[in-house]
Amino acid sequence: MYGKGILKGLSVTWKRFWDTYIDDIAWLVRGKKRYNTVEGVAHRSSKNTRGIFTVQYPEEKLITPEEFRYVPFLVYDEGAEGKKEVRCTSCGICAKVCPPQCIWIVRTNDPTTGRPVPVPTNFYIDMDICMNCGFCAEYCPFDAIKMDHDFDIASYDRNVYDLEKLLKPASYYAGIRPENYTREEEARKAKEAAKAAKAEASAG
Amino acid sequence: MENEKLSLPNYNIPEDLENVVAITTIDRLYNWGRRSSVWPLMFGLACCAIEMIAAQTARYDMARFGMEVMRPTPRQADMMLVSGTVTKKMLPAIIRLYNQMPEPKYVVAMGACASSGGPFKEGYNVVAGIDKFLPVDVYIPGCPPTPQALIAGLIKLQEKIDKQSIKKVRWYEKGRQDANYVPMPILGPDLIDVRRNAEIKQAAAVKEGA
Amino acid sequence: MMATALQTQTVDLVARFPNSVAADARPGYSGFIVKKENLVEVATALRDEFGFDLLTAVTGVDYLAENKMEVVYHAYKTTGGPGLAFKVQVDRTDPVEVPSLINIWPGVDFQEREAWDLLGIKFTGHPDLRRILMWEGYDGHPLRKDWKEPFFEEEAKPFKSRWPDGQHTFAENKNPFRDNLNFPKDFDPEKYEVVKEDDLYASLERHSRKNEEGSLSTDHIVVNMGPHHPSTHGVLRVAVTLDGETIVGLKPVMGYLHRNHDKIGERNTYLQIIPYTDRLDYFNSMSNNFGYVTTVEKLMKIPVAERAEYIRVIMAELSRIQNHLIFIGMLMNDLGTMYTPSLYAFEERELILDIFEAVAGARMMCNYFRFGGVVRDVPESVMQKIKDLVFDRLPAKTDEMERFLNENEILVARLKGIHVLNAEDAVKYSVTGPVLRAAGVPYDLRRADPYSIYDRFDFDVAVRTNGDMMDNYLIRFDEIRQSLRILEQAIRQIPQGPINSQKPQYQVRVPAGEAYGRVESPKGELAFYVVSNGKPNPYRYHVRPASFVNLTALESMCVGMKIADFVALLAMLDIVMGELDR
Repeated sequence: MYGKGILKGLSVTWKRFWDTYIDDIAWLVRGKKRYNTVEGVAHRSSKNTRGIFTVQYPEEKLITPEEFRYVPFLVYDEGAEGKKEVRCTSCGICAKVCPPQCIWIVRTNDPTTGRPVPVPTNFYIDMDICMNCGFCAEYCPFDAIKMDHDFDIASYDRNVYDLEKLLKPASYYAGIRPENYTREEEARKAKEAAKAAKAEASAG
Repeated sequence: MENEKLSLPNYNIPEDLENVVAITTIDRLYNWGRRSSVWPLMFGLACCAIEMIAAQTARYDMARFGMEVMRPTPRQADMMLVSGTVTKKMLPAIIRLYNQMPEPKYVVAMGACASSGGPFKEGYNVVAGIDKFLPVDVYIPGCPPTPQALIAGLIKLQEKIDKQSIKKVRWYEKGRQDANYVPMPILGPDLIDVRRNAEIKQAAAVKEGA
Repeated sequence: MMATALQTQTVDLVARFPNSVAADARPGYSGFIVKKENLVEVATALRDEFGFDLLTAVTGVDYLAENKMEVVYHAYKTTGGPGLAFKVQVDRTDPVEVPSLINIWPGVDFQEREAWDLLGIKFTGHPDLRRILMWEGYDGHPLRKDWKEPFFEEEAKPFKSRWPDGQHTFAENKNPFRDNLNFPKDFDPEKYEVVKEDDLYASLERHSRKNEEGSLSTDHIVVNMGPHHPSTHGVLRVAVTLDGETIVGLKPVMGYLHRNHDKIGERNTYLQIIPYTDRLDYFNSMSNNFGYVTTVEKLMKIPVAERAEYIRVIMAELSRIQNHLIFIGMLMNDLGTMYTPSLYAFEERELILDIFEAVAGARMMCNYFRFGGVVRDVPESVMQKIKDLVFDRLPAKTDEMERFLNENEILVARLKGIHVLNAEDAVKYSVTGPVLRAAGVPYDLRRADPYSIYDRFDFDVAVRTNGDMMDNYLIRFDEIRQSLRILEQAIRQIPQGPINSQKPQYQVRVPAGEAYGRVESPKGELAFYVVSNGKPNPYRYHVRPASFVNLTALESMCVGMKIADFVALLAMLDIVMGELDR
């Protein structure tokens, strides 16, 4: 029969059309909200998704995985009396490893001792060149620069970020990347414990 | 599009009349109409085009913002979404398309390459940002910006449109002969921007070497 | 069996041509060096006597220090097995001339034009030697070692201006023309006479079919499709001569997305190139990474961690499925369905991209592979997601897509019987990938010249015999199913263990030499040719893209067809401009 192929195709569209309503009704009957809830978004991103696939940004946001990388930011530890302890020592590895060379670091020397100050005097990243590769975060030996999750950074001007704009607290970092944060904190504590043990052994 | 956005915020309209009556100004009405149905020009250059297409698909659905109608012809488009690296060879085509778009028109530089040349900025065939030739309204960084980031950027464009006033928009200005028109560049030994002819001649004259 | 460096012991070319061929004895190099005068003779013998009918790559290299220009050819047999590299060296003083091999392997057409455009090597005997990636009138040959780009800062990254005195400046401020421009001395833009595109149209005229003798004389129209066109899959321009609705001549014009990948690669260190390879074929960043990393691992001679090998195969095959889904969706768009099949295909793609995002950090530009393995392990939750997709969802959805589309009468009428390429032409034009296999030649790199651990998996090479559009379309479904088979086996066999055989380091040591590494990307053979001189950045870095070489067949495919078929034929070749123009 001529037209059988078209009818077969229409049967697929027909089924998908009704799926949208059936799923909505099934969720309603179970008393759960299908839209504007985290559970709903999780269902629509899983292998069982059926029917409406839309995740309505900005009211609903997709679940961001921990490894998601957008643009970099600098981490500071919150010290006593709200002092910002910037982790970056301006070693320059991130600037060397950045493929499009979009990181500029100003390192100054202490005028009295002549040795470099382990805090950057200024730190620029041209976000309009950054290719979100994550090398800077991958190769930083001090866990000072990390990749952010925030993608709502469109602006009406060019985006060149300086040190002030890049600094974000370590609590923010722990919030977006909990597993990485706990792993790094454990490694840091282990290192400090080993150092303390060594100092004790050599002093005693 | 709820009526709340259309009505001025300090007027209390009774609930049963909310979908029927709005108290507003001409500016708000004008901007509301324009920002709710911005038609992008179907204009994908490189990788960012894929994320632009993905933003049109079911999961992100730009149709909710009125932007589903992607016109391949510039005569019917409102916004040029420059997505991808702008190369010198392609630039005359882009400028011709921009000139053919009727006012009001907006340009959104999507991605690092359109904003400033991006990771390919050091290339010899790459234009260091479309804002060297066209007036850009919104810059969206990212390489490529995820569809959610693109929608966030387009919401910023909508906010910009909301702030415009019909008394001050550039296409109704007195004394303007034609719409925003950019003269065509020429492809010579390198890209010649005809607005900078004098500057190029001077710099070439003082150049060292053969 | 790890694919080793190019083996040459199967062919004793020196014994056959003792006076014109010598083995390449430079340390780290392999292959043969042929004298320029005997090049055509040796090449003909290679094709006819020795059976190397598929010439995959033509690369030019500029050895400035030795004052030589070299052209490297890589030839393979469609029956499978390792290939052969032969080179010809000429003096670097202008004019640099090398005989063209276009009459032996017509597939070298675009690649020789590229070597002329970017390196200035003239190929004598080439019927149409024009610039291909840059425009006529451009000043200079960019890939030459003594040519500096306008934003040139230093020979190699990292640049000293970024640290420790890294005050931010825009690169425009350092250039005398205040922009990415470089003009010759005393250039006056007002007196400049534009070089028009007469060469292009003259060549189009020469290669168009003429009216037959005695028939009614009609005018032919020249139509430029693109670069801005909804159906050209990116910024490709095609100049066609039309006789009514039939195409009588066709010339593609490319370079609208030429982003100087090769030149930037020479400035980058080996590690820094990996994110740039993501942006070549931007649909399958995993395959591009795979190709590049395999090539450099050949040079470095390092092993790859076991678990990483399996992860690489899983990611590459997921990438292939995702690419073929896009192909089906985009083909349907080109044929005129208003986006419903492509929306269904993109839904599955989104689920696969979620996996890439959870593992690598980004949907498209994954930057996941490193030398010796991959950068991050796949956590159990993500592995469960992959299992869900591969075992439960994707087979069912592929069946649904086939039910949805394959018997549709309109689709069949538009695709069945429209001839694409036959086997002989496909091999002649160096076409690789699904288009070659749909024509009947069962050449798949994962079986013919296995790399990584593909020889451990049990899968079939998808082949169809008719070579028409319907076969080209159906073979993508075949390949999705074979990829699902490989994925099932890989997921079952993946061992625990480290994911990189090397420690994380941003400075890698690569010994001097050359390497040609190829992978079966979903679009065809993607290969990288890397020449190293022991420094932290490559001396010559060249990408042999599948789309660029496959496009050589476009002219012969489309001449004689209707313009409506042209849109579908271009979609069949599955081209990506990021790869084509690099």
